[in-house]
Amino acid sequence: MDDSLEIKEDAVLQVMNLSVDFDVKGNNVSILSKVNFGLGLGETLGIVGESGCGKSMTALALLRMVPSPPGKISEGEVLLNNVDLMTLSKKEIKNIRGKELSMIFQEPMTSLNPVFTVGNQLVETILEHKDLSRVDALKEAIELLRLVQIPAPEQRIKEYPHQLSGGMRQRIMIAMALVCQPKVLIADEPTTALDVTVQAQIFDLLKEIQAKTKMSIILITHDFGAISEMADRVIVMYAGYKVEEGTLDEIRNSPLHPYTQGLLRSMLVIKPDSSGFKKPLPEIPGSVPDLLNRQPGCPFGPRCSQATIKCRSMPPNFNLGFKRSVKCWLADNGRVE
Amino acid sequence: MKQAIIQRIFLGIVMITAVIILNFFLLHAAPGDVVDAMLAEGGGGDPELAARLRASYGLDEATHIQLIKYLGQVFRGDLGYSFYYDQSVTDLLLGHLPTTLMLTISALILAVVIGTLFGVYAALKPKGIFSNFVTVLSLFGYATPVFWLGMIILLVFALYLPLFPAFGIRSLPEPEHAVGRILDIIHHLVLPTFTLAILYLASYSRISRASMLDVLGSDYIRTARAKGLSETKVIFKHALKNAAMPVVTLAGLQLAQVFSGAILVETVFSLPGVGPLLYESIVRRDFPVILGVLFGAASTTIIANIITDLIYKYMDPRIQSIT
Repeated sequence: MDDSLEIKEDAVLQVMNLSVDFDVKGNNVSILSKVNFGLGLGETLGIVGESGCGKSMTALALLRMVPSPPGKISEGEVLLNNVDLMTLSKKEIKNIRGKELSMIFQEPMTSLNPVFTVGNQLVETILEHKDLSRVDALKEAIELLRLVQIPAPEQRIKEYPHQLSGGMRQRIMIAMALVCQPKVLIADEPTTALDVTVQAQIFDLLKEIQAKTKMSIILITHDFGAISEMADRVIVMYAGYKVEEGTLDEIRNSPLHPYTQGLLRSMLVIKPDSSGFKKPLPEIPGSVPDLLNRQPGCPFGPRCSQATIKCRSMPPNFNLGFKRSVKCWLADNGRVE
Repeated sequence: MKQAIIQRIFLGIVMITAVIILNFFLLHAAPGDVVDAMLAEGGGGDPELAARLRASYGLDEATHIQLIKYLGQVFRGDLGYSFYYDQSVTDLLLGHLPTTLMLTISALILAVVIGTLFGVYAALKPKGIFSNFVTVLSLFGYATPVFWLGMIILLVFALYLPLFPAFGIRSLPEPEHAVGRILDIIHHLVLPTFTLAILYLASYSRISRASMLDVLGSDYIRTARAKGLSETKVIFKHALKNAAMPVVTLAGLQLAQVFSGAILVETVFSLPGVGPLLYESIVRRDFPVILGVLFGAASTTIIANIITDLIYKYMDPRIQSIT
């Protein structure tokens, strides 16, 4: 049933059977169901899906930051350099956070503490993970701001988050995540709250840093444009399941899962003669399943135009090659178009 | 910054003047004056004596003349002379103030520190036993009349378990050594301070619990955890500084009342504070003392507001200027 994960030499992160349950008024609700993926050195993995599909929860689960109660990680292993993060003590996982596994968030406006200066928040992160004096930490903080291309870092470091623009704040968040040159950076919708030009700058910055440090990135987004820009490989998620995995090319040009196909169809294509605007964008009919009332069978079944009687039972993940899989019965008997 | 403070002080002076004028007319609008009260105490007297007394106290002049004279005095730093106590109001206040300030300020500090800690720990496990305990304690604190609580505490800790003195601020005879005298005063203040603190504490634990619960759900708390900070740092640095704003507001309001806010507690524990002085003066129509206490209360309010604004600015840099 599960992926046969081929552990490559350079795999930095291996996620196996990661499951998260929430306790909603006594009912056990499965938010994340047996998610598997691997992440290579210097690779960017995109996780795409609509709101509530479990992509942010995946990120929080990797850092063991699932809000508890009501949530809990019910199953799974997360191997970072062959150490299972799920079995570490609270203190050990605390030392991993922000050091080897860093995270940046969707809302740069609210992700920085409004009542402390940028410098204070950077320095405290540095001091938490490195044995430095306050003066040296401050110097390093200024260097980090220079690395994320913030002009006049000596001044900026004394400022409070509300004195900075959204793009600037996200750069600070990135600087904060880079303090210990992490092996993996999890970026949870890092540009959703920013406008398009700033988005492009942030992506360029991330790519530049990645080229320098060989850092791996997990990019979580609902925006296929961002995925196309950044990702090497893509995971498509739906209702807590990984429904498709492949390289960017495979997902973009030959999607197998009807959900992925629908997602790509609903992307806006801008044509030079603006004819793209004349007809409405095709949408995926129906809405996300109610996780409280899961029906048996394929979670996408009720919305799927190609559903058959077979879809009343849960499809397994069909492996179609190296790190290429799809969770759909269509892949079973070669009916894939 | 400095300019803003000076501006606030100037505004405060204008405000205090207005308060004095208003209080003055209000008092004079009430029936009876100190002479009436004196004669009533003495079992009546003849109108001639009353007129002579009024003339000697300056009460025979028109109200507005009295007011102008009084204002002139106040601006020269003289709060007038008590008819009843036969003492200057300034001396009278200075004699009663230390007891009141020791009581209210130590109760306030206790309540802010313990109440906030209660609130914080309750917010960490909002459905836990401690959180429920804090909720019940707050309700109890809100619902209990202060004089009743004071009397129960007196009964239990001064009578059944005679650990603390039941009334007054000093023992008779006083201990000889200076350290002994200080300890004696502290010993006397324990029960009234705790009575007052328990009531204050209710508000602080409730407010900080709610505020902390709110802040703990913020994005920047998630960031702080994701950076690998210890839970202690997350709670007491990142969350508390944000969650403390409502506590500062409330403490500011209560700081404004330290001057005269403990009348009931002072009465129950027979402490020679400002409260009983004010009460006595009202009964005896001793206007200069009443006006003096009200003047002190108004000044404290204005000073407390300036302090609160300064703390706001320190706590939250987004608050720009204090005007």
